[in-house]
Amino acid sequence: MTGTGTVSRRGIVTGAAALLATPRASRASPFEEALKAFAGEAVPRAGRVSIDVPPISESGNSVPITILVESPMTATDHVKTIVVLAEKNPHPQIARFHLSPRAGKAQVSTTIRLATSQRVTVLAGMSDGSVWSGEKDVVVTLSACVDGG
Amino acid sequence: MFNARVTMKPEAAKGEIVEIRTVARHPMERGNYPDAAGRMVPRMIIHSFRATYGGEEIFRMELGPGVSANPYIAFTTVATETGDIVLEWTDDSGFTLTRTLRLTVAG
Amino acid sequence: MRLPASLAALLLILPAATAAEIRPGRDFLSPELRALQEDEARHPGMLWVEQGEEVWRRTPALDKPSCAGCHGDAAGTMRGVATRYPMVDRASGRLLNLELRIEQCRMERQGQPAFGYESPELLALTAYIAYQSRSLPMTVRIDGAAAPFFDAGRAFFHERQGQLNLACSQCHDDNAGRRLRGDVISNGVGTGFPAYRLEWNAVGSLHRRLRACSLGVRAVQFDYGSPDYLNLELYLAWRARGLPMEAPAVRR
Ligand code: HEC
Ligand code: HEC
Repeated sequence: MTGTGTVSRRGIVTGAAALLATPRASRASPFEEALKAFAGEAVPRAGRVSIDVPPISESGNSVPITILVESPMTATDHVKTIVVLAEKNPHPQIARFHLSPRAGKAQVSTTIRLATSQRVTVLAGMSDGSVWSGEKDVVVTLSACVDGG
Repeated sequence: MFNARVTMKPEAAKGEIVEIRTVARHPMERGNYPDAAGRMVPRMIIHSFRATYGGEEIFRMELGPGVSANPYIAFTTVATETGDIVLEWTDDSGFTLTRTLRLTVAG
Repeated sequence: MRLPASLAALLLILPAATAAEIRPGRDFLSPELRALQEDEARHPGMLWVEQGEEVWRRTPALDKPSCAGCHGDAAGTMRGVATRYPMVDRASGRLLNLELRIEQCRMERQGQPAFGYESPELLALTAYIAYQSRSLPMTVRIDGAAAPFFDAGRAFFHERQGQLNLACSQCHDDNAGRRLRGDVISNGVGTGFPAYRLEWNAVGSLHRRLRACSLGVRAVQFDYGSPDYLNLELYLAWRARGLPMEAPAVRR
């Protein structure tokens, strides 16, 4: 796992949080709507979410991603949901995971499509109602030989 | 064509965290664009994946068109008692593929 | 080394690798793809291998034996087989690759219509049989009846073709290790095929890959199973002699 850096319990306002915190005159983008739909009233705080994704991906068709959320995963303190968002994808919400304390640890993996180089944002909703976030930039390179056959 | 592979250790100690790793064969056709003949390609993706252990839901995933073709999905569960882990992938046609694995728990 | 202008224009200028030896495809993979190729729990190509096993055991029709009915457990009887292909069929004198050998059994010994090149069943069976040779060294024969096919394949590999006027060797011998847009050019061995390509989102045959290379230099794309590609496949397999089978590989 590659971490997201120092984890702060107090939290730093991240890109994701800043978007939600700033009132916008213009209509919300699909990405902002997806963020809002997930976070609801909560303001996401940076931290507790580690994203393992290659910084340079050779193909946007399938990018492996593993998410680890720091949580004891007990009945009273656990991760309930994790959402993966890609702001430049036509459908920014890629996937949503529902976990229970029976997971033992809050670690999930999948393979995603990235339409282009962009930032991947992951939000984790906790049993106490707080929302935590992490983000990683992924560069997607183009393939030289496209299939004609 | 639609099959799936699941990798999980068949035995675990009570309280141990077991990883379940899956790959399913599916085009995950995101649709909503015109084909060569100008007809709109319909969306055809696995939209839901669900896991139960001893009949109780332990994990669920909602998938959008941003999940890759032939998606890999991995998650964990705590070994509690010997029982069946049932995995279900459901796509837009309403078809559900099911795989059942026995987890034997010692101690 | 002097590069043809057409190629120099395509290549990102990097110090050329001194590629005297032929290296397996996996040596040119990114760490991520190499890890995926080696991890069967994540490798999507294993879905095709598993389907192949199912077709192997399937009875094609009443009174017709399955592949397993004649060949038994593929783990034993098919081990090492893929390393010897393409080979000349003694009865017909034709050069057969693994796909065509499977089709031969399908038609002559199961009395069924051919699966068809690039059909899901043929890809699955080929991947399944090739998988039984994973990591075994390539050992094709190029003497005797195989010699004329080999000579034709070697000539093809070194012949300039297409609008870009490039030979296979100019990329896969002279510029292996260099970057061509997003790709690292390998030695162009076929030992990973059938392979799962991210671009295809599926497993495809070596001939499908060759068609992409032919298109890349704006040359004629030959048919699946055509004599031109079969000869080339024999030459590629000989170039890869001693290298391990990687099929089903993972490619970009
Ligand atoms: C009726 C029995 C029979 C059936 C059914 C059959 N085969 Fe064969 N197969 C043979 C025989 C006999 C040979 C040897 C042919 C030769 O050496 O010329 C052979 C050869 C082969 C070879 C080449 C082996 C080598 O060492 O080069 C492959 C690969 C193969 N079969 C695959 C298959 C597959 C796949 C199927 C099912 C689609 C199948 N066979 C069905 C009898 C059968
Ligand atoms: C303009 C350069 C260029 C030419 C010319 C070219 N190729 Fe390629 N070829 C590539 C690139 C780039 C790839 C993808 C990266 C790789 O695997 O080498 C590739 C891939 C391959 C592969 C797959 C290797 C693997 O392990 O996945 C084979 C086999 C191959 N080429 C054979 C050929 C043959 C045969 C010819 C001549 C008909 C040819 N190529 C001509 C650039 C070229």
